[in-house]
Amino acid sequence: MTTGTTSVEVRRLSPAAAVIEVHGDITAASEPLLAEAYTRASDDGAKAVLLDFAGLDYMNSGGIGLLVTLLVRSQRQGQTLMAVGLNDHYRQILALTRLDEAIGIYDSEAAALVAVGA
Amino acid sequence: MMTDIETQTVATDEPEHPSEGGSQATPGDAEARPRSSEANWSKPVDRLALGAVPSSAMNLNVEGRRLVGPVQGFGQLWQKRYRVRLDGADVTPEQVISTWKEEFGSFWPKGNSFYGPITGIAPGEVALLNLAAPGHQTLSTGVMVIYADEESFTFMTPEGHMFAAWITFSSYRDGPTAVVQIEVLLRSNDPFYEVSMGLFGHRQENAFWSATLHNLAARFGVDASATLEQTCVDRKRQWKNAGNVRHNAAIRSAVWTVTHPRHWFHRSGEA
Repeated sequence: MTTGTTSVEVRRLSPAAAVIEVHGDITAASEPLLAEAYTRASDDGAKAVLLDFAGLDYMNSGGIGLLVTLLVRSQRQGQTLMAVGLNDHYRQILALTRLDEAIGIYDSEAAALVAVGA
Repeated sequence: MMTDIETQTVATDEPEHPSEGGSQATPGDAEARPRSSEANWSKPVDRLALGAVPSSAMNLNVEGRRLVGPVQGFGQLWQKRYRVRLDGADVTPEQVISTWKEEFGSFWPKGNSFYGPITGIAPGEVALLNLAAPGHQTLSTGVMVIYADEESFTFMTPEGHMFAAWITFSSYRDGPTAVVQIEVLLRSNDPFYEVSMGLFGHRQENAFWSATLHNLAARFGVDASATLEQTCVDRKRQWKNAGNVRHNAAIRSAVWTVTHPRHWFHRSGEA
Protein backbone atom coordinates (compact mmCIF):
# COMPACT_ATOMS: atom_id res chain seq x y z
CA MET A 1 0.00 0.00 0.00
CA THR A 2 1.23 3.49 -0.80
CA THR A 3 0.05 6.95 0.12
CA GLY A 4 2.03 10.02 -0.85
CA THR A 5 5.57 9.43 0.31
CA THR A 6 4.72 6.53 2.60
CA SER A 7 4.34 2.86 1.77
CA VAL A 8 3.84 -0.12 4.04
CA GLU A 9 4.01 -3.87 3.68
CA VAL A 10 2.56 -6.37 6.11
CA ARG A 11 3.98 -9.86 6.44
CA ARG A 12 3.59 -12.74 8.86
CA LEU A 13 6.70 -13.55 10.84
CA SER A 14 5.30 -16.42 12.90
CA PRO A 15 1.81 -17.59 13.88
CA ALA A 16 1.89 -15.08 16.73
CA ALA A 17 3.79 -12.18 15.19
CA ALA A 18 3.43 -9.88 12.20
CA VAL A 19 5.68 -7.21 10.75
CA ILE A 20 4.71 -3.84 9.31
CA GLU A 21 7.52 -2.56 7.10
CA VAL A 22 7.44 1.20 6.80
CA HIS A 23 9.07 2.93 3.83
CA GLY A 24 9.34 6.66 3.27
CA ASP A 25 7.87 9.15 5.71
CA ILE A 26 5.78 8.95 8.83
CA THR A 27 3.75 12.10 9.36
CA ALA A 28 0.20 12.77 10.49
CA ALA A 29 -0.84 12.13 6.88
CA SER A 30 0.31 8.50 7.20
CA GLU A 31 -2.41 7.67 9.71
CA PRO A 32 -4.98 5.93 7.46
CA LEU A 33 -2.29 3.81 5.85
CA LEU A 34 -0.70 2.71 9.11
CA ALA A 35 -4.06 2.12 10.80
CA GLU A 36 -5.14 -0.17 7.99
CA ALA A 37 -1.79 -1.96 8.02
CA TYR A 38 -2.19 -2.52 11.74
CA THR A 39 -5.62 -4.03 11.20
CA ARG A 40 -4.20 -6.45 8.63
CA ALA A 41 -1.28 -7.32 10.87
CA SER A 42 -3.73 -8.17 13.66
CA ASP A 43 -6.19 -10.08 11.52
CA ASP A 44 -4.91 -13.55 12.29
CA GLY A 45 -4.62 -13.03 16.00
CA ALA A 46 -1.04 -11.83 16.19
CA LYS A 47 0.08 -11.26 19.75
CA ALA A 48 3.05 -9.17 18.70
CA VAL A 49 3.32 -6.52 16.01
CA LEU A 50 6.76 -5.37 14.89
CA LEU A 51 7.18 -2.02 13.21
CA ASP A 52 10.17 -2.26 10.88
CA PHE A 53 11.65 1.21 10.40
CA ALA A 54 14.67 0.22 8.32
CA GLY A 55 13.12 1.97 5.31
CA LEU A 56 12.10 5.10 7.21
CA ASP A 57 13.32 8.32 5.61
CA TYR A 58 11.65 10.99 7.66
CA MET A 59 9.48 11.36 10.75
CA ASN A 60 8.10 14.56 12.24
CA SER A 61 6.21 15.13 15.48
CA GLY A 62 2.94 14.20 13.79
CA GLY A 63 4.43 10.79 13.13
CA ILE A 64 5.29 10.36 16.78
CA GLY A 65 1.69 11.11 17.68
CA LEU A 66 0.64 8.41 15.28
CA LEU A 67 2.83 5.86 17.06
CA VAL A 68 0.97 6.64 20.29
CA THR A 69 -2.37 5.82 18.71
CA LEU A 70 -0.94 2.49 17.51
CA LEU A 71 0.38 1.84 21.00
CA VAL A 72 -3.03 2.48 22.56
CA ARG A 73 -4.59 0.16 20.03
CA SER A 74 -2.08 -2.61 20.76
CA GLN A 75 -2.66 -2.29 24.51
CA ARG A 76 -6.42 -2.47 24.02
CA GLN A 77 -6.03 -5.61 21.93
CA GLY A 78 -3.60 -7.20 24.36
CA GLN A 79 -0.76 -7.09 21.86
CA THR A 80 2.88 -6.18 22.22
CA LEU A 81 4.15 -3.39 19.99
CA MET A 82 7.84 -3.51 19.08
CA ALA A 83 10.21 -1.64 16.80
CA VAL A 84 13.15 -2.86 14.75
CA GLY A 85 15.42 -1.27 12.16
CA LEU A 86 15.72 2.08 13.93
CA ASN A 87 18.87 4.07 13.26
CA ASP A 88 20.51 6.14 16.00
CA HIS A 89 18.51 9.25 15.15
CA TYR A 90 15.12 7.57 15.46
CA ARG A 91 16.21 5.71 18.57
CA GLN A 92 16.99 9.12 20.07
CA ILE A 93 13.56 10.42 19.13
CA LEU A 94 11.87 7.51 20.87
CA ALA A 95 14.09 8.12 23.90
CA LEU A 96 13.34 11.86 23.90
CA THR A 97 9.60 11.30 23.76
CA ARG A 98 9.91 8.39 26.19
CA LEU A 99 8.00 6.14 23.82
CA ASP A 100 10.81 3.64 24.26
CA GLU A 101 9.38 2.89 27.71
CA ALA A 102 6.33 1.34 26.08
CA ILE A 103 7.54 0.24 22.65
CA GLY A 104 10.27 -2.37 22.86
CA ILE A 105 13.21 -1.61 20.56
CA TYR A 106 15.24 -4.47 19.14
CA ASP A 107 18.18 -4.84 16.79
CA SER A 108 16.56 -7.56 14.72
CA GLU A 109 13.33 -9.40 14.12
CA ALA A 110 14.88 -12.52 15.62
CA ALA A 111 15.72 -10.70 18.85
CA ALA A 112 12.21 -9.26 19.05
CA LEU A 113 10.68 -12.71 18.58
CA VAL A 114 12.82 -14.17 21.33
CA ALA A 115 11.88 -11.33 23.67
CA VAL A 116 8.18 -11.80 23.14
CA GLY A 117 8.33 -15.58 23.02
CA ALA A 118 6.60 -15.69 19.66
CA MET B 1 -8.97 6.93 12.25
CA MET B 2 -9.42 3.71 14.07
CA THR B 3 -12.91 2.43 14.46
CA ASP B 4 -12.98 1.58 18.14
CA ILE B 5 -12.49 4.99 19.63
CA GLU B 6 -14.92 7.48 20.98
CA THR B 7 -15.11 10.55 18.80
CA GLN B 8 -16.63 13.80 19.83
CA THR B 9 -16.59 16.92 17.75
CA VAL B 10 -17.34 20.31 19.16
CA ALA B 11 -17.41 23.62 17.35
CA THR B 12 -16.42 26.38 19.73
CA ASP B 13 -17.77 29.42 17.93
CA GLU B 14 -18.04 28.64 14.26
CA PRO B 15 -18.87 25.51 12.35
CA GLU B 16 -15.92 23.38 11.35
CA HIS B 17 -14.51 24.01 7.95
CA PRO B 18 -15.94 21.55 5.45
CA SER B 19 -12.52 20.61 4.18
CA GLU B 20 -11.54 19.07 7.51
CA GLY B 21 -11.23 15.34 7.42
CA GLY B 22 -7.74 14.52 6.37
CA SER B 23 -7.76 14.95 2.61
CA GLN B 24 -6.19 18.38 2.61
CA ALA B 25 -2.47 19.03 2.75
CA THR B 26 -1.41 18.67 6.34
CA PRO B 27 1.62 19.91 8.23
CA GLY B 28 4.60 17.80 7.43
CA ASP B 29 3.61 16.87 3.91
CA ALA B 30 6.46 16.24 1.59
CA GLU B 31 7.06 19.34 -0.51
CA ALA B 32 9.98 21.63 0.29
CA ARG B 33 11.02 19.60 3.30
CA PRO B 34 14.55 18.47 4.04
CA ARG B 35 14.99 14.72 3.70
CA SER B 36 16.46 14.35 7.13
CA SER B 37 14.64 15.37 10.27
CA GLU B 38 17.80 15.29 12.37
CA ALA B 39 18.19 19.06 12.70
CA ASN B 40 14.53 19.45 13.60
CA TRP B 41 14.54 17.25 16.70
CA SER B 42 16.02 17.95 20.10
CA LYS B 43 18.56 15.55 21.50
CA PRO B 44 17.26 13.41 24.37
CA VAL B 45 17.52 15.02 27.80
CA ASP B 46 17.43 13.36 31.18
CA ARG B 47 16.49 16.43 33.24
CA LEU B 48 15.40 19.90 32.18
CA ALA B 49 17.70 22.87 32.61
CA LEU B 50 16.15 26.34 32.50
CA GLY B 51 18.04 29.45 31.44
CA ALA B 52 17.69 32.91 32.94
CA VAL B 53 14.18 34.13 33.74
CA PRO B 54 12.97 37.47 35.17
CA SER B 55 13.16 37.70 38.96
CA SER B 56 9.47 38.62 39.05
CA ALA B 57 8.51 35.23 37.61
CA MET B 58 7.51 32.30 39.76
CA ASN B 59 10.22 29.82 38.87
CA LEU B 60 9.08 26.40 40.07
CA ASN B 61 8.55 22.91 38.72
CA VAL B 62 10.86 23.04 35.70
CA GLU B 63 14.53 22.77 36.69
CA GLY B 64 15.56 19.17 37.10
CA ARG B 65 12.21 17.74 36.01
CA ARG B 66 11.86 14.96 33.45
CA LEU B 67 9.76 15.27 30.33
CA VAL B 68 6.52 13.32 30.26
CA GLY B 69 4.33 12.24 27.35
CA PRO B 70 1.18 10.19 26.92
CA VAL B 71 2.96 7.01 28.06
CA GLN B 72 3.83 8.56 31.44
CA GLY B 73 0.52 10.36 32.11
CA PHE B 74 -2.43 9.23 34.21
CA GLY B 75 -5.77 10.27 32.72
CA GLN B 76 -7.71 9.51 29.60
CA LEU B 77 -5.83 10.17 26.35
CA TRP B 78 -7.26 13.05 24.36
CA GLN B 79 -6.40 14.34 20.93
CA LYS B 80 -7.54 17.92 20.35
CA ARG B 81 -7.21 19.97 17.20
CA TYR B 82 -7.89 23.70 17.31
CA ARG B 83 -7.90 25.45 13.95
CA VAL B 84 -8.37 28.92 12.54
CA ARG B 85 -8.44 29.96 8.88
CA LEU B 86 -6.66 33.13 7.85
CA ASP B 87 -9.13 33.96 5.09
CA GLY B 88 -8.07 37.00 3.11
CA ALA B 89 -4.61 37.25 4.65
CA ASP B 90 -1.72 37.27 2.18
CA VAL B 91 0.54 35.10 4.28
CA THR B 92 2.30 31.77 3.85
CA PRO B 93 2.40 28.97 6.44
CA GLU B 94 6.15 29.61 6.83
CA GLN B 95 5.49 33.28 7.62
CA VAL B 96 2.82 32.34 10.14
CA ILE B 97 5.13 29.94 11.95
CA SER B 98 8.03 32.38 11.89
CA THR B 99 5.90 35.08 13.49
CA TRP B 100 4.45 32.62 15.98
CA LYS B 101 7.90 31.51 17.07
CA GLU B 102 9.09 35.09 17.52
CA GLU B 103 6.04 36.39 19.38
CA PHE B 104 4.73 33.20 20.95
CA GLY B 105 3.74 34.46 24.40
CA SER B 106 2.11 37.62 23.07
CA PHE B 107 -0.79 35.62 21.66
CA TRP B 108 -1.70 34.05 24.99
CA PRO B 109 -4.75 35.26 26.92
CA LYS B 110 -4.10 37.99 29.48
CA GLY B 111 -2.70 36.85 32.82
CA ASN B 112 -0.52 34.06 31.35
CA SER B 113 3.21 34.47 30.81
CA PHE B 114 5.65 32.58 28.61
CA TYR B 115 9.29 33.07 29.56
CA GLY B 116 11.07 31.65 26.56
CA PRO B 117 14.76 31.66 25.75
CA ILE B 118 16.14 34.78 24.07
CA THR B 119 17.39 32.54 21.29
CA GLY B 120 13.78 31.82 20.37
CA ILE B 121 11.82 28.66 19.86
CA ALA B 122 14.23 25.98 18.69
CA PRO B 123 14.75 22.28 19.40
CA GLY B 124 16.04 21.70 22.92
CA GLU B 125 15.01 25.08 24.33
CA VAL B 126 13.14 25.17 27.64
CA ALA B 127 10.59 27.80 28.66
CA LEU B 128 9.02 28.71 31.99
CA LEU B 129 5.26 29.22 32.08
CA ASN B 130 3.29 31.20 34.68
CA LEU B 131 -0.34 30.33 34.06
CA ALA B 132 -3.48 31.88 35.49
CA ALA B 133 -5.16 29.28 37.68
CA PRO B 134 -8.54 29.32 39.41
CA GLY B 135 -8.80 31.51 42.52
CA HIS B 136 -6.39 34.12 41.11
CA GLN B 137 -3.54 31.70 41.64
CA THR B 138 -0.46 31.36 39.47
CA LEU B 139 0.65 27.92 38.31
CA SER B 140 4.34 27.65 37.50
CA THR B 141 5.37 24.99 35.03
CA GLY B 142 7.26 24.74 31.75
CA VAL B 143 7.70 23.16 28.35
CA MET B 144 10.55 22.00 26.17
CA VAL B 145 10.70 22.41 22.40
CA ILE B 146 11.26 18.90 21.09
CA TYR B 147 10.71 19.57 17.40
CA ALA B 148 10.74 22.59 15.11
CA ASP B 149 10.75 23.15 11.36
CA GLU B 150 9.52 25.93 9.09
CA GLU B 151 5.89 24.86 9.24
CA SER B 152 5.53 23.52 12.77
CA PHE B 153 7.00 23.21 16.25
CA THR B 154 6.20 20.89 19.14
CA PHE B 155 6.34 21.25 22.91
CA MET B 156 6.58 18.45 25.47
CA THR B 157 5.64 18.98 29.10
CA PRO B 158 7.56 18.22 32.32
CA GLU B 159 6.57 16.25 35.41
CA GLY B 160 4.04 18.19 37.47
CA HIS B 161 2.45 19.94 34.50
CA MET B 162 -1.33 19.57 34.20
CA PHE B 163 -0.78 17.34 31.19
CA ALA B 164 1.64 14.74 30.03
CA ALA B 165 1.46 16.03 26.51
CA TRP B 166 2.83 16.89 23.11
CA ILE B 167 1.53 20.15 21.70
CA THR B 168 2.17 20.82 18.02
CA PHE B 169 1.70 24.26 16.48
CA SER B 170 1.53 24.23 12.72
CA SER B 171 0.29 25.95 9.60
CA TYR B 172 -0.62 24.61 6.18
CA ARG B 173 -2.38 25.69 3.03
CA ASP B 174 -5.99 24.87 2.22
CA GLY B 175 -6.26 26.24 -1.32
CA PRO B 176 -5.25 29.89 -1.20
CA THR B 177 -5.80 30.16 2.54
CA ALA B 178 -3.33 29.57 5.34
CA VAL B 179 -4.80 27.46 8.13
CA VAL B 180 -3.29 27.51 11.60
CA GLN B 181 -3.58 24.50 13.88
CA ILE B 182 -2.77 23.54 17.44
CA GLU B 183 -2.83 19.79 18.03
CA VAL B 184 -2.61 18.51 21.58
CA LEU B 185 -2.13 14.86 22.51
CA LEU B 186 -2.55 14.71 26.26
CA ARG B 187 -3.27 12.76 29.37
CA SER B 188 -3.75 14.60 32.64
CA ASN B 189 -0.71 13.91 34.77
CA ASP B 190 -2.32 12.66 37.98
CA PRO B 191 -5.70 11.91 39.62
CA PHE B 192 -5.97 15.44 41.04
CA TYR B 193 -5.63 16.95 37.56
CA GLU B 194 -7.94 14.33 36.06
CA VAL B 195 -10.76 15.36 38.39
CA SER B 196 -10.03 19.01 37.60
CA MET B 197 -10.21 18.29 33.88
CA GLY B 198 -13.71 16.94 34.27
CA LEU B 199 -14.85 19.90 36.35
CA PHE B 200 -13.34 22.81 34.45
CA GLY B 201 -10.00 21.84 32.93
CA HIS B 202 -11.17 20.86 29.46
CA ARG B 203 -13.28 24.00 29.21
CA GLN B 204 -10.38 26.17 30.39
CA GLU B 205 -7.93 24.47 28.04
CA ASN B 206 -10.25 24.90 25.08
CA ALA B 207 -10.83 28.57 25.89
CA PHE B 208 -7.08 29.15 26.25
CA TRP B 209 -6.08 27.79 22.86
CA SER B 210 -9.12 29.19 21.08
CA ALA B 211 -8.24 32.66 22.40
CA THR B 212 -4.62 32.13 21.36
CA LEU B 213 -5.64 31.31 17.78
CA HIS B 214 -8.04 34.26 17.71
CA ASN B 215 -5.20 36.57 18.78
CA LEU B 216 -2.82 35.04 16.24
CA ALA B 217 -5.36 35.53 13.45
CA ALA B 218 -5.80 39.16 14.53
CA ARG B 219 -2.03 39.60 14.18
CA PHE B 220 -2.55 38.95 10.45
CA GLY B 221 -5.59 41.20 10.24
CA VAL B 222 -8.17 38.40 10.38
CA ASP B 223 -11.12 38.37 12.78
CA ALA B 224 -11.88 34.67 13.10
CA SER B 225 -12.85 32.19 15.77
CA ALA B 226 -11.21 28.83 16.25
CA THR B 227 -12.86 25.47 15.74
CA LEU B 228 -12.22 22.42 17.86
CA GLU B 229 -12.19 18.73 17.00
CA GLN B 230 -11.51 16.42 19.91
CA THR B 231 -11.26 12.68 20.27
CA CYS B 232 -10.87 10.49 23.32
CA VAL B 233 -8.24 8.07 21.99
CA ASP B 234 -8.02 6.01 25.17
CA ARG B 235 -10.67 6.02 27.87
CA LYS B 236 -8.51 4.03 30.27
CA ARG B 237 -6.71 5.72 33.11
CA GLN B 238 -3.16 4.57 33.84
CA TRP B 239 -3.37 3.93 37.56
CA LYS B 240 0.25 2.80 37.69
CA ASN B 241 1.08 6.50 37.19
CA ALA B 242 -1.19 7.83 39.96
CA GLY B 243 1.92 8.61 42.02
CA ASN B 244 2.70 11.44 39.59
CA VAL B 245 0.71 13.59 42.02
CA ARG B 246 3.90 14.03 44.08
CA HIS B 247 5.15 16.42 41.38
CA ASN B 248 1.84 18.32 41.02
CA ALA B 249 2.77 21.85 39.98
CA ALA B 250 -0.59 23.33 41.01
CA ILE B 251 -0.21 22.13 44.58
CA ARG B 252 3.45 23.16 44.73
CA SER B 253 2.68 26.57 43.25
CA ALA B 254 -0.14 27.14 45.75
CA VAL B 255 2.08 26.22 48.67
CA TRP B 256 4.80 28.54 47.36
CA THR B 257 2.31 31.39 47.00
CA VAL B 258 1.07 30.98 50.58
CA THR B 259 4.62 31.09 51.86
CA HIS B 260 5.65 34.09 49.71
CA PRO B 261 3.18 36.90 50.53
CA ARG B 262 4.99 39.42 48.33
CA HIS B 263 3.78 37.49 45.31
CA TRP B 264 0.14 38.17 46.25
CA PHE B 265 0.57 41.84 45.32
CA HIS B 266 2.35 40.96 42.11
CA ARG B 267 -0.64 38.90 40.96
CA SER B 268 -3.06 41.61 42.10
CA GLY B 269 -1.15 44.10 39.99
CA GLU B 270 -1.50 41.91 36.90
CA ALA B 271 -5.22 41.46 37.16
